[in-house]
Amino acid sequence: MNAPPKAIAGPSTFLDDRIGAGNFLKRNLRKIFPDHWSFLLGEIALYSFIILLLTGTFLTFWFKPGMGEVTYTGNYAPLYGVRMSEAYASALHISFDVRGGLLMRQIHHWSALLFVGGMTVHMLRIFFTGAYRKPRELNWIIGILLLSLALLEGLTGYSLPDDLLSGAGLRITQGVAQSIPIVGTYVSFFLFGGEYPGHDVISRFYSIHILLIPGILLALVSAHMILMWVQKHTQMPGKNRTDKNVVGAPFYPAFMIKSGAFFLFTFGVIALLGTFAQINPIWLFGPYTPADISAGSQPDWYMGFLEGALRLMPSWEINFLGHTVTLSVLIPALVPLGLVMTGLALYPFLEQWITGDRREHHVADRPRNNPHRTAIGISGMTFYGILWLLGANDELSANFHLDLYTTTWFGRIAIFVGPAIAYWVTYRMCIGLQRKDAEVLSHGVESGVIKRLPNGQYIEVHTPPAEDIAEHIRGKKEIPVLESAEDGEGIPPKGARSAIGRLRTKMSQAYGTDRVPLTDGHHEEEHAEEHAGVGAGDRKELH
Amino acid sequence: MIGTGISVNSITARRRHPLARVAVLALALGLLGGGYALAAPNGSTADAAIASGKADDVAQGKSLFVAHCASCHGMNAEGTKKAPTLIGVGAAAVNFQVSSGRMPAADAGPQAPRKPRAEWATDQAVDQLAAYVQSLGGGPTVPSAEQVDPAKGDPAKGGELFRANCIQCHNFVGAGGALTYGKYAPPLNPATPTQIYEAMATGPQAMPVFNDSTITPEQKRDMIAYITHVRSQVDPGGSGLGRIGPVTEGLVAWVVGLSLLILASIWITAKKRRAA
Repeated sequence: MNAPPKAIAGPSTFLDDRIGAGNFLKRNLRKIFPDHWSFLLGEIALYSFIILLLTGTFLTFWFKPGMGEVTYTGNYAPLYGVRMSEAYASALHISFDVRGGLLMRQIHHWSALLFVGGMTVHMLRIFFTGAYRKPRELNWIIGILLLSLALLEGLTGYSLPDDLLSGAGLRITQGVAQSIPIVGTYVSFFLFGGEYPGHDVISRFYSIHILLIPGILLALVSAHMILMWVQKHTQMPGKNRTDKNVVGAPFYPAFMIKSGAFFLFTFGVIALLGTFAQINPIWLFGPYTPADISAGSQPDWYMGFLEGALRLMPSWEINFLGHTVTLSVLIPALVPLGLVMTGLALYPFLEQWITGDRREHHVADRPRNNPHRTAIGISGMTFYGILWLLGANDELSANFHLDLYTTTWFGRIAIFVGPAIAYWVTYRMCIGLQRKDAEVLSHGVESGVIKRLPNGQYIEVHTPPAEDIAEHIRGKKEIPVLESAEDGEGIPPKGARSAIGRLRTKMSQAYGTDRVPLTDGHHEEEHAEEHAGVGAGDRKELH
Repeated sequence: MIGTGISVNSITARRRHPLARVAVLALALGLLGGGYALAAPNGSTADAAIASGKADDVAQGKSLFVAHCASCHGMNAEGTKKAPTLIGVGAAAVNFQVSSGRMPAADAGPQAPRKPRAEWATDQAVDQLAAYVQSLGGGPTVPSAEQVDPAKGDPAKGGELFRANCIQCHNFVGAGGALTYGKYAPPLNPATPTQIYEAMATGPQAMPVFNDSTITPEQKRDMIAYITHVRSQVDPGGSGLGRIGPVTEGLVAWVVGLSLLILASIWITAKKRRAA
């Protein structure tokens, strides 16, 4: 082998002697990454985050987070001479007077939407494939924290330009703060530095938006990646894939190239959106004054489900010992968010408790193979989706000529009925897909060849499935079930004696019992018998 | 009259013509009316004269009214169970409703939608109809061309008034919005400056009235200047996505942005399956 050129060998040895980089790289450049399209979804969020940091830095060069009043004298004529806050004037300045400013603002905003969108689809992938199971529960919790912080980051960023729309969001934020029993008004005064809207909130949100939350996000993203690296990526079931190995391509070069290409795709899509699709046209909204509000005032999409909850909620209010408790704001602000986020965070532990499964899992589940989990997931998505949809009920009403109150009432009923229907339908679909899998394994796939037997009967020839597909199907693992079996003396196991224990056993059996076991029993005759289609049945009757 | 070649007798003869009295009367009335119109202060008084039109217009308007409006509004515009009285609504209301095609209404929905004008509703017919209704009990009149000229308004001032008074129903650029019980605030994009003015002055359907003491005619013109300026403005950021705010933005983020990226991820990780 040739010795490396001196220009490379020198610095490499220098680094190697001091930080042991060579060994580190040797170990890690060959890290194996399994290949599946859904494993790239998290990278949408990662790369959007990088774009957010870069474009955000650009915007800070001109943005002035102040609420002092100025008179606008910039290039946008319909606002010329209008009095507005420094923040809004500087956001207009970025949009109309800074070269490339509007493009940067738009790229920043589009990547924010895709950041949360990427996180959402990534999280759904993790959930439905059970990739949060031991040993990855901590990384799952970090992910939930990232998502929650991203919502907060979005909220603060949305408020910064101090246009009329962001003011509407700020007002709702204040309303939520005030709805907290007993301390609400104090919280509001603390947050806004006095009466709403005050003079402090923009600069406070600015510090939070550009320093505090991005810092925490960056730290958590690093932890997320390191844990993923150390624990190694999960893989889809397939040939030779077990919980003890990882089958895929090495980080260098294959995965690095794919990953790099995907960064460019992400950047490309965001740049296209930023160029051709106008987002958050603050100049059309006008400056914020608490007295003004526009029809169609909406939050960005990731807050839409909270908006929907607020719109669906009846106007309930109670007065308790002289304190007004505004349930009509408190419940929609806290309950759906709490249900979704707490439910997600606790799910790995609830599942472990119910199944009693303490094993490590590195092979992902196919969603159909854990029908109750998948049904719960789709049910949760339906709950979220209905709130999300109804967050836009005024636009639905205006653009599709629906009665506004009808949409509200539809939502009030659907929010309870929809998830239940979704649960049942999903469960049945999963079972159906499992049956299909079992059939493919035991009978093979239809070949399209119809054969006529000597006795006149027609059969369709089935061929065994391709090996990779068969292995993929055979990757199905049974879900552990808690045993309720009584011992020889009729005494149930210790954990299952209390009411909770009995419930747990029952739930475990419902959750884990495999209703469609895979069999490889492949009997030619039986097969021919069963698949004697194409009119054979009719003929038999004629005999 | 010597040397003119016209005999005195012939002039005298014309003076005594049976129609001479009518002609003199018409001339005198014309001079008086024209002089008054010129001398009178600009504004509503002159408009009233224009809007109320001539006696002929009123008569024509009445016959149009009987043919097209009376079945709901009553033979004398006194109103019926189906529709309100039109006495006192003014020419502006008629001009707004008929020129925007809202009237005659197609059916009794929660709100009469804007639609193509009825065939008979030419500009002249609308004026005649307006003159008739104006003659019944007065009311807001049709604004002059100058009163609604966007070029004469101040869009920045108008924008502030627009935000304070209009956008809670009509949206921040007048893209429209939903109201309760199937009603809605229509988009302002197809409305002419005159119609915008008339809508403010008369408060059609679910809309409140913004009379001249609430919003002066000059302020109305400023608002018209803002509305027409913003609606004709090319969106600097690319496609405006309907200019209805974050709803369509979120839709595009998912349907275009995320879908493209998911397709890309499928493409990047795609591989040929080895033949079994």
